[in-house]
Amino acid sequence: MKKLLFVVAIAVGLMSCNNGTKSTSSSSSSETKSAPSSSISLSAAGSTFAGPFYKTASKQYVNLTGVTLSYGMTGSGAGIRSLHDKVVDFCGSDAFLSDAQEAQMPAPVVHIATCSGAVDIAFNVPGITSIKLTPEVLADIFLGKITNWDDARLKKINPGVKFPKLAMTVVHRSDGSGTSFIFTNYMSKISKEWADKVGFGTSVNWPVGMGGKGNPGVAGTISSTVGAIGYIGSDYAAAQKISFALLKNAAGNYIAPTIAAVSAAGKGEMPADTRIVETNSSDPEAYPISGFTWIILYKEQAYNGRSLAQAQATVKFIQWLLQPTAQKVAEELNYAPLPEKVVNIDEAILKSITYNGKPILQ
Amino acid sequence: MNSEKVTKNLLFVASIILILLAAGMVLTLASGSIPVFEKFGIQFIWSNKWNPTAGREQYGALPFIAGTIITSVLALIICLPLAFSASLFIGEFYKGTFFAKIIGTMVDLLAGIPSIVYGLWGFYYLRPMIVKLGLNAQGFGVFTASIILAIMIIPYATSISTEIISLVPNHLKEAAYSLGATRMEVIWNVTVPAARSGIIASYILALGRALGETMAVTMLIGNDNHIPKSIFGIGNTMASVIANQFGEAEGSKLSALIAIGLLLFVITGLINAAGKFIIKKLA
Repeated sequence: MKKLLFVVAIAVGLMSCNNGTKSTSSSSSSETKSAPSSSISLSAAGSTFAGPFYKTASKQYVNLTGVTLSYGMTGSGAGIRSLHDKVVDFCGSDAFLSDAQEAQMPAPVVHIATCSGAVDIAFNVPGITSIKLTPEVLADIFLGKITNWDDARLKKINPGVKFPKLAMTVVHRSDGSGTSFIFTNYMSKISKEWADKVGFGTSVNWPVGMGGKGNPGVAGTISSTVGAIGYIGSDYAAAQKISFALLKNAAGNYIAPTIAAVSAAGKGEMPADTRIVETNSSDPEAYPISGFTWIILYKEQAYNGRSLAQAQATVKFIQWLLQPTAQKVAEELNYAPLPEKVVNIDEAILKSITYNGKPILQ
Repeated sequence: MNSEKVTKNLLFVASIILILLAAGMVLTLASGSIPVFEKFGIQFIWSNKWNPTAGREQYGALPFIAGTIITSVLALIICLPLAFSASLFIGEFYKGTFFAKIIGTMVDLLAGIPSIVYGLWGFYYLRPMIVKLGLNAQGFGVFTASIILAIMIIPYATSISTEIISLVPNHLKEAAYSLGATRMEVIWNVTVPAARSGIIASYILALGRALGETMAVTMLIGNDNHIPKSIFGIGNTMASVIANQFGEAEGSKLSALIAIGLLLFVITGLINAAGKFIIKKLA
């Protein structure tokens, strides 16, 4: 018996050693025989909002190149921190870094917009699958002024919908989050009271409501709590079949968070560094709470003893994410693909990334 | 060098390492929390503002201290009758019987269940019950978290007090019986007073465990960074806010979280000291 245990222990030890030495050649060859062998694995962390896109896309990418990606869905805030500590190759974030935040990073960084998505206002009221909301009502719900589904103002904008007498439970994120950033940014634009009292950021001082951790946590809380209302990335609402609200946009139309409506929001001007919040777009077809999600990485890739091959793999993976094949994956997961002009801006930024001062892409 | 000397030196080194570890932890926590105390002063401890928005940053630990103490004390109150009866049952009434052994094993088993499993059970089964009872609209909150905490600390409160109760010398009880005392009189006037300090010690241990519990609480308390409005309201605890926000924290916020960690450490230490004091007084 003891001998057997000993053998098992050795075997386990050997296996773990094998994993420890970055050689993924054995695992990639067993997964797909045709894949070119590569010993590169990328590590990244951040946005739970865009996480499903990066994870699903990287499954295709490993078949093409053998380069694997491990993406930790830690939330944008924690992702940025990991990049700051130089423990990841890139981070995913739904909030771009402000000039002040960029100054706090140990080296210059670049932002690459990868796709855009909507933040759904999800709710759970038995028997009701669709409601309309105006910005004013939405603000008052999250400011704690409307506390029951049986509210006169809700009824007024939703003629025909029979609202039950049911306490409203507001759900928000308990951790730092890019989804919160997009949502609170929108709230600050449409409500002066919100801008004065709360403001916007990856985490704020919520006037009311309870917190769930990550998009999955908020989605789970909403779907298991009768009377709940909250905001989640639209891919989560779609995956968990949670009902969402139609929102009145700046042009006065009630819009569902569809891919087309998010694309419409992204039609506007794009600055050369891609750092823009596209909430409350003036386009008549646009869904108002939508935003780009970014990959952030260092402009100079030779740091912490990273090899040239590692740097090349990082940049090439991101370049591939902008291509139609990968963007199609985004669309399948309910994100809006990038407009062509944004792809062009992204490409130009990627070309500015260097390794020891030399551009990585030619 | 004889083996006695080797052993002695080994033990000495091991104890020194323990002291260094504890001192090192306190030191790092203290140095990490200096920035927040410099910025917000000692008011940090009793300020109830927690605003992480950039440009409006303001941190205060009171909502979390309140949440932690309310949930832990409430959990102890809920757990007391159950734990006390269980320990009397196992240690006195049915001492050594098969039935008592089964109950004892079950209680010990409760201690082995990981915290996340309690949280999951609370989220999917306890929460709907709270809603059905009409205690609050969504089932999250201080009360729900306290019930789960109470179940989690029952084994800590029970097993040591059982042990102490069953160790009460038989000759004491027999003397009481020989004076004509009934069984109830013996329990209330002999067994419980003799085991008093040990029973209280076990409850303090249980309270200490409740103070630091994180995962199950964060899943049920509602994670609202305000002082709970009532015991059925939502709130947050010190351990839970650290678990939720450490990932992206930096600057003042990180320092505030570390300071909360330090305060939790101090509160746990105070409660342990109070426990030791009570035991000494009673013994």
